[in-house]
Amino acid sequence: MKILVGYKRVVDYNVRIQVKPDGSGVVTDGVKLSANPFDDIALEEALRLREKGVADEVIVVGIGPADLTAHLRNGLAMGANRAIHVTTADAVQPLTAARVFLKLIEKEQPGLVILGKQAIDDDANQTGQMLAALWDRPQATFASQVEIADGKATVTREVDAGLEVIEAELPAVITTDLRLNEPRFIKLPDIMKAKSKPIDTIEFGSLGVEAHDHLKTTHHAAPAKRSKGVMVKDAAELVAALKQKGLL
Amino acid sequence: MSKILVIAEHLGGKLNSATARAVSAAVAVKGEAIDVLVLSDAPDAIAAEAAQIDGVSRVLTVARPENAHPLAAVLAPQIAKAAAGYSHVFVPSTTFGKDIAPRVAALLGVAQVSDVMSVEAAHTFKRPIYAGNAIITVEADAAHTVVATIRSASWPAAATGTGSAPVEALAIDVALPAHTRFIELKQGSSDRPDLQSASKVVSGGRGVGSKENFDIIFKFADRIGAAVGASRAAVDAGYVPSDLQVGQTGKIIAPELYMAIGISGAIQHLTGIKDAGTIVAINKDAEAPIFEIADFGLVGDLFKIIPELEQALG
Repeated sequence: MKILVGYKRVVDYNVRIQVKPDGSGVVTDGVKLSANPFDDIALEEALRLREKGVADEVIVVGIGPADLTAHLRNGLAMGANRAIHVTTADAVQPLTAARVFLKLIEKEQPGLVILGKQAIDDDANQTGQMLAALWDRPQATFASQVEIADGKATVTREVDAGLEVIEAELPAVITTDLRLNEPRFIKLPDIMKAKSKPIDTIEFGSLGVEAHDHLKTTHHAAPAKRSKGVMVKDAAELVAALKQKGLL
Repeated sequence: MSKILVIAEHLGGKLNSATARAVSAAVAVKGEAIDVLVLSDAPDAIAAEAAQIDGVSRVLTVARPENAHPLAAVLAPQIAKAAAGYSHVFVPSTTFGKDIAPRVAALLGVAQVSDVMSVEAAHTFKRPIYAGNAIITVEADAAHTVVATIRSASWPAAATGTGSAPVEALAIDVALPAHTRFIELKQGSSDRPDLQSASKVVSGGRGVGSKENFDIIFKFADRIGAAVGASRAAVDAGYVPSDLQVGQTGKIIAPELYMAIGISGAIQHLTGIKDAGTIVAINKDAEAPIFEIADFGLVGDLFKIIPELEQALG
């Protein structure tokens, strides 16, 4: 079985995001970029399934500009067998990304697609669900545990009410939550090995995907700040202050 | 004119309060009608609750045995079909809505606006990106249905009790897949207030130190009638189950009082609480970032301070 993994590059989660003064976007020049943390978890899960013998090939997929290659090499160094780089200079919205994945699925015929539940840049949390709809296959979002057996995935999902367990016939789309696993670190010899692993490059325009995105972002703003409050000296003063505000 | 379809979220035969918050966002669109859609195996009691929400024009029910559990693959085709004739489909931005809404949007071939914080105009919305570190204004194409999830913490629940919208059964003729099956929901049974909608929340972090130590947080929360939350660090360490996590990837909440105890205040956690009325921070590290946004800060050992708080409460 092949597993397709979405591997997006985003501004590193440790970077303090600055909105440009003219509201045209956030500052990304010279800012550290890394794999979306949820995508690292997706890749780790795929690699573990391969190590268990459930899968035999793991393919990382990236959509983006020419310099995305270095990022995809990291995915290969982590352990993916090969990478697919869909090249485009434009940022793609989730529906377009889902349509791209569907084209790749038609070609690769994977048994499982694992994506991060959201990317930490646009926080959209949409692509996996949209892909499952277009593909007309099951979705198991926000996974914290995955078991594959007998042609189906049994997935524990982190939902607001607790933990939900569902069963999905393969092929299916799984999106990862934080506690699914802890991604491995890349070791130096693996970086060397990754240099010889194949990266297929596909021009976005050649896929025949409709990219008319329906959403236009017209302005970026910094969030309203909470002002710093007061320090109290002890528990009694705190309780008195909260009682005065009618909170206790 | 706009017509808005709000998808009801419910569990155990009861309407979730996130639904009334989504209705508030629908009211802000200033359209001609707001209909609430209840998909369930037994929708009547839920529909009766939804009918009382102010601003609701009609409640539509789809009763099918397949709707006993909220599976996106099963619900989305029904919602997509029911959406015909509506300009907007609003779903609460809970794990329920986040799972289902994009599947609906894709079936309709439209983009989705996630986590709507404000409605600027019928097709113009504000939403957070980068864990709330930037707020963007987005314009949706007016020629297509707008599918959006509504960020609960940004909207008050629409008043309930005065409305009396008619309830109508809807027959939706659509084949449903059997490839996805519900097995079980493991729920912590608790008499405490629900974290998502509680007016007071007491949260513990890594500073609490262990699962056993977390008892002190639960006891204090019970003392003041608060729900219990936790930071990601506390959940990752196994002190409490994941459904208590507050933050960017957990629950985003807006209680009147939020008490962060032994929580340093990572940006991902602050994202989940920035709409709270009053934030109290108790931490032994005076440099902890949580103090930067707290209305009241108290530096010290939580195991000493909590008993003192209980004593001061009288």
